[in-house]
Amino acid sequence: METNNHSIETQNLSLWYGDFQALIDVSVNIPAGKITSLIGPSGCGKTTLLRCFNRVNERYGNVTTKGEIKILGKNIYDPDVSLLELRKTVGMVFQRPNPLPISVYDNILFGLRIHSPFGSLKRSQSDEIVEEALTSVFLWDDLKDKLKTRATSLQLEQQQKLCIARLLPLKPQIILMDEPCSALDAKGTLAVEELMSVLAGTYTFLIVTHNMAQARRVSSECIYMFLGELIEHRETQALFETPEHPKTADYVQMRYG
Amino acid sequence: MNSSTDISPELMFTETGIGRRNRFIENVFKIFFFIMTCLMILPLLLIIGYLFYKALPVLSLDFLFSNPKDNMRGGGVWAPFLGTIYLVVVSLLVAAPIGVFAAVYLNEYARDNWFTRIVNLAVVNLAGVPSIVHALFGVGAFVLFAGLGESILAASLTLAIMTLPVIIASTTEALKAVPMSFREACWNLGATRWQTIRRIVLPNSISGILTGVILQVSRAAGETAPIMFTGAVFYKAIAEGNPLAYNITDQCMALSLHLYTISTQVPDVTEGIPYGTAIVLVGSVLLVNAAAIILRIYLRTRKRW
Repeated sequence: METNNHSIETQNLSLWYGDFQALIDVSVNIPAGKITSLIGPSGCGKTTLLRCFNRVNERYGNVTTKGEIKILGKNIYDPDVSLLELRKTVGMVFQRPNPLPISVYDNILFGLRIHSPFGSLKRSQSDEIVEEALTSVFLWDDLKDKLKTRATSLQLEQQQKLCIARLLPLKPQIILMDEPCSALDAKGTLAVEELMSVLAGTYTFLIVTHNMAQARRVSSECIYMFLGELIEHRETQALFETPEHPKTADYVQMRYG
Repeated sequence: MNSSTDISPELMFTETGIGRRNRFIENVFKIFFFIMTCLMILPLLLIIGYLFYKALPVLSLDFLFSNPKDNMRGGGVWAPFLGTIYLVVVSLLVAAPIGVFAAVYLNEYARDNWFTRIVNLAVVNLAGVPSIVHALFGVGAFVLFAGLGESILAASLTLAIMTLPVIIASTTEALKAVPMSFREACWNLGATRWQTIRRIVLPNSISGILTGVILQVSRAAGETAPIMFTGAVFYKAIAEGNPLAYNITDQCMALSLHLYTISTQVPDVTEGIPYGTAIVLVGSVLLVNAAAIILRIYLRTRKRW
């Protein structure tokens, strides 16, 4: 396989929380510019795998990692890798929308501000960036008169879209999503899924979901994990219709457990 | 057992014997808890009311701004009042930054390992050490070893050691109240820990932190033991009405010690004076606490999530 079509490549990736091994020899290639979904029962290591890709796992304490992770062809455990630069390129969206308790405007600019020298962002430039980010997540019309409101007082759906918009000014390549719709209602879920489909191509999406219908709807490739191991990784339709591994078949046909 | 189909519609949803008993017990407990609440408030009101009643003859601005006179049998409380302010302010100037920043380190940077566990254990235990023990430590460490002599500085440092663990504990509580998801959001945008603390964690915990610090004013102001061997004296006259009358290398008077002295050591004190002294002590503490509450309310209106 040609490397340049893959945004993320891992080679025999294992991870331990203290003594507990949460990932076992995971080798996976995530295609660039597409939506890939990660499915599997709770506790199978989906979220852990996701958090490896911007190395934010390390902020949670006693974590040991072995193996190789290449993002855009670069090994992220190389000594010259800056975690802050890595996290700019690999953004993350969480299960519960987590806008910061500051205004919509400041939320969008938060990432940019912490990475720019003080006072280097001109007002007109900031306004433009905010408008652009909100437009690309279809929030501009709803929020253009509410830029000064506290982001935590928005509707959940708007909050989650804002959390996606907040990543965009940093010009990420990859967006990791950890069950981004599980706190949203059906309408919000559809809105976020639609947004992902529009943005895919520009960005590589990797999405953890418990909702198999969602995995089928949005993703072009799908990965099934079970107890820390990668069981099967194929095109979504093939994985659901003709699973190769019996464990995958059990799960996707709801016979798991 | 009656099922609702056995009884006539008129009797449906009416009270049964068990229902009556449950309602009775419910009322008994409600009244019991209410009485307990009254018992808690009553002594406070009685104490303050009694103090006021007894102190009324001597209370005046002059009482606050003049030194004790006639071998402490008369006069006011200016020297001890100003002394207490000095002790409290200097001790908080030392304890608040150390305590708050130590708590920030323990909560935001330190990982959960044997070192932080020992530090946390030490903080909890230090908070439980009796104040007279802090006093002995203060004499040894500050008065003798550091050579500060008996002075406002030595006494304040002793008070600072005493209040430090509680400030650390209350700051930790305030920091923990900031949801983890805010920190995660920051980290995933590539923020350093300091940027996260500076822009999100501190602005959202500052009301809790300040309240914790200010509540230590009342503890520092009320303590007698830690200061009586380290810097507070029975009697020292200072310039009346001059708020800069003490130097921090001086010894000073303090309200708590002064109250003890005139109540037990000095014969024939004018009757209202000990009560007046107590009112000044309690009043200034209540005033500071009220300020803390107002500040807290103000800062809280600005935070919402």
